[in-house]
Amino acid sequence: MAIDKNARYLESHEYAKPSGEHMIFGISDHAQAELGDVVFVELPAVGKTLSKGAMFGTIESVKAASDLYAPVSGTVVEVNEAVKNDPSLVNKDCYGAGWLIKVAPINASEFSGLLDPAAYGKAIGEE
Amino acid sequence: MPFVPNTDAERAEMLRAVGASSVEELFSDIPEHLHIKGLDLPDGISEIEALNEVDSLAERNVQTKKMDWFLGAGAYYDYIPAAVPALAGRGEFLTAYTPYQPEVSQGTLQAIFEYQSMAAKLLGMSVVNASHYDGATALAEAVLMAWKARDGRNRILLPRELHPEYAQVIETYCTSFDIEFVRYGGAPENAPIDDKTAAIVIAYPNFSGEIYPVKKAADRAHEAGALCIVQADPLMCALMKSPGEQGADIVTAEGQSLGNPLNFGGPYLGIMGTTDALVRRMPGRIVGETKDKNGKRGFVLTLSTREQHIRREKAVSNICSNQGLSMLQTCIYLATLGKQGLREIARQSYDKAHYAAELIGGIPGYSVRSSQFFREFLVETPRAAAQIVRALGQRGIVPGFALSRYYPDRRNELLICVTEMNTRTQIERLAAALREASR
Amino acid sequence: MNTMNMRDEPLVYELSRVGRTGCSLPKSDVPEYQVPGDLVREELDLPELDELTVVRHFTRLSQKNFSIDTEFYPLGSCTMKYNPKVNEVAASNPGWKNLHPLVGDEYAQGALELIWRLQEGLREVGGFAAASLQPAAGAHGEFSGVLMIRAALRERGDRARKKMLIPDSAHGTNPASCTMAGFVTQTVPSGQDGNIDMAALRAALDETVAGIMITNPNTLGLFERNIEEICRLVHEAGGYVYGDGANMNALTGVFRPGSSGVDVMHFNLHKTFSTPHGGGGPGAGMVAANETLASYLPGPIAVRHKSGYTLEMPPKSIGRMKAFYGNFGVLVRAYSYLLMTGANGLRRVAENAVLNANYLKSLVEGVYPVPYKRNCMHEFVAKGTVAAGVHTLDIAKRLIDYGFHPPTIYFPLIVQEALMIEPTETESKDTLDLYADALKRIAGEAASQPELLHDAPHGAPVGRLDEVMAARCPILCYRG
Ligand SMILES: Cc1ncc(COP(=O)(O)O)c(C=O)c1O
Repeated sequence: MAIDKNARYLESHEYAKPSGEHMIFGISDHAQAELGDVVFVELPAVGKTLSKGAMFGTIESVKAASDLYAPVSGTVVEVNEAVKNDPSLVNKDCYGAGWLIKVAPINASEFSGLLDPAAYGKAIGEE
Repeated sequence: MPFVPNTDAERAEMLRAVGASSVEELFSDIPEHLHIKGLDLPDGISEIEALNEVDSLAERNVQTKKMDWFLGAGAYYDYIPAAVPALAGRGEFLTAYTPYQPEVSQGTLQAIFEYQSMAAKLLGMSVVNASHYDGATALAEAVLMAWKARDGRNRILLPRELHPEYAQVIETYCTSFDIEFVRYGGAPENAPIDDKTAAIVIAYPNFSGEIYPVKKAADRAHEAGALCIVQADPLMCALMKSPGEQGADIVTAEGQSLGNPLNFGGPYLGIMGTTDALVRRMPGRIVGETKDKNGKRGFVLTLSTREQHIRREKAVSNICSNQGLSMLQTCIYLATLGKQGLREIARQSYDKAHYAAELIGGIPGYSVRSSQFFREFLVETPRAAAQIVRALGQRGIVPGFALSRYYPDRRNELLICVTEMNTRTQIERLAAALREASR
Repeated sequence: MNTMNMRDEPLVYELSRVGRTGCSLPKSDVPEYQVPGDLVREELDLPELDELTVVRHFTRLSQKNFSIDTEFYPLGSCTMKYNPKVNEVAASNPGWKNLHPLVGDEYAQGALELIWRLQEGLREVGGFAAASLQPAAGAHGEFSGVLMIRAALRERGDRARKKMLIPDSAHGTNPASCTMAGFVTQTVPSGQDGNIDMAALRAALDETVAGIMITNPNTLGLFERNIEEICRLVHEAGGYVYGDGANMNALTGVFRPGSSGVDVMHFNLHKTFSTPHGGGGPGAGMVAANETLASYLPGPIAVRHKSGYTLEMPPKSIGRMKAFYGNFGVLVRAYSYLLMTGANGLRRVAENAVLNANYLKSLVEGVYPVPYKRNCMHEFVAKGTVAAGVHTLDIAKRLIDYGFHPPTIYFPLIVQEALMIEPTETESKDTLDLYADALKRIAGEAASQPELLHDAPHGAPVGRLDEVMAARCPILCYRG
């Protein structure tokens, strides 16, 4: 399973990845594979403030649904409309075109507290 | 017993295969002292005897068919074409279950899809689910759905003239949540919709038979950020504007009158429809069209992540078994009557009810209180309506529903229902009997 | 190979021709009245079909179904037993069909007496003090029962008890019902033997516990051996015990849940009491309670007086769960079944349901691993792990080619690749032998010709359907 080196992770498989002054949230390759074909994503409205660990949406396959948790605190500045219209992007390119939301982080130090790629790899049983 | 095929010899052979010396041994996980000696019930009887027993109970009830019947109030005496029970009663429909294996359930699945399509078009909604337990539970679930969809708002506006049993079911369903119910009277567009209002419920028509157009109230609700729920008479929608075309976000209805017998209150059909925007918050099974691997059209249960078997405590509702067969009856009913037939039934109900209202309104002491109505109207009576019901009952006429049964202080109000089953002669007999009863 | 109707069947809208109708109506004998202009409906998009087209259409659709009347249908947890035909005759009496729910107690004494007799009979089968027939299905009974627990706690002044314990093998309706009653759920794990892990249960029992929902036998088909201890512990902790009676078919006339400490329970009459499942429903979900909770039952319930029967609300009732009095037509069928089985018959039902399940288990467990090595009750759970690369879904679909309805699959969630098989007492040894043979042959095919399974079913009206497409771009209504 691919693990993006520039991202940091939650054990619940969401990642945060710096993008300029913002952070991009998505789910890991491992998570999309576990879930199977993604059929629907529900994402928050732009402007909503999320605190670290808060639920910011849901992602669904035919037979499963997972809540999404914010890896860091921040205000939503952009939502990936493309993925709402074509949820298969999450399966095809979860670290790229299949990103979910972009936030303006509130507390920069939270990012370093997340699992780094190596630690996340361990958490999902990959070295 | 004819329903247990295995003979003693076969049972012995099966026990040997299992490696048990007796059937009792198979129950050895049950603590000894909890094994019962027997039930305090009679032993089983034959098919003939059982049928006689059930029939003798059935024959002690008063039947619509044997009276001049003008009682509705949420359950309607309408004609059911012979084809409906004949087809719905086929064992392949009757003895299947929820279509979990779509390849061998295309019959049920396609029928649900057809029902969804016809019911959606009738109500003017973009999607209808594959049923709730009845109209009352559908409405209660709609209230919960709207309340959850409008996070932070906890007020629900209910019409004062809502079927009292529906209001009671809503109360039971919502008892655990912080929902404030505000009752409003009269036209829904004058209801106190505000920024705490999650939804307004409109009864179309209301319990007294009065019809208020939905459009203005729906617009006002939307301006205030609230949702508009309409509890509709589905037959009325064949003649009058659908709730959907007037802006309803959720529509619920009791589908009994569309092909399901009265059956002393059930099984009936809870109909719920909504908009594309809210479909993922709607409870209940939903069937969708798709293709098989060879490109052939087929149908499957879909959007299941809303439901309890996947979402468990986060499901939008706990409903599992529904009213599948009642839904199938309605599906076949709608297909049989079709556009012309359904219109004609709605038309005749409307005309006959208005004819009856005209006659009764002309009797001294009686006045018709409903101004716009479909097939049911409220009459003020010169003496207690319950007494009139009793008096006419002796003469083979059930003149309607005495409101005092639900509201002890509304003694002189009679709700009269006229359907396509009533003839002009019956209506005239009713009017004559009411005239006599006023003296 | 089964013989299903393989022809494509158009939708009712596609069969429609302008001007047709499938039913004749009498000519109106009253004047026409004007519908107010602002209310008139212009368009009504319903199909137009003649009667024979309707009859053929729905007959052909019916032939695209598997059903109990046509195939063995061992859907675990659903009790797909034979639905006696006489029940249909009994329920179609015009004295029921043409009986209006608001006609008044005095005109419906036969119906009220039937309700009362069935309440009494079911109460006796479960070992409870009183029963209500209001709930329309099992989940509706659960919702009623947990609301009763909520009401009793509130009456005690115990508003802080919000936690309902749910075993990890529980059906999804259990946690969903708790949410609807405002409870939060906590999962209790199962132990090595498939029963509730007692240490975990003890640890979960604190002062916030409202109760536990227990299915017995549980969804693994195993009797909760510690049922009395569980009830005692929960009661000591101040909670109540809800019993999910979906699996009562294993126990009728053998064991009464009320005697083991369960406070409130539902039965699924569409399962245990043989009423047809109707392609999804209607069911009936009688809820019964012991002395402690009986006064909270949903109402109205039938009460017998010297002068006759009446419908009344129990004194502290949680209220109405639906309009009128439950799925009455289903109750007539259940009562007819209760009459025909009686005390002796109900025991035979349970004995044969359990024997059939154990027999079938003994035939297949050498090939399909059964994770819990115990006698089962009316059903058992095996694993579809017979060959690499083959999944339970493939086995299920291949069973269709052999003319059998697949068992429940991927449930309970705690067994991976689960096949949950419930044969019921109405199946003969011959049928069970054939089913076991089919399962074994499929296991052989899984090793030698896995593509046969992957492509299955081969003999059904449609092949495997694209559920991803259905969910991504939902088509939920005819768009002609
Ligand atoms: C164990 C169990 N509990 C509860 C239910 C829910 O019952 P119903 O479908 O009648 O609502 C079911 C069946 O579907 C079940 O198998």
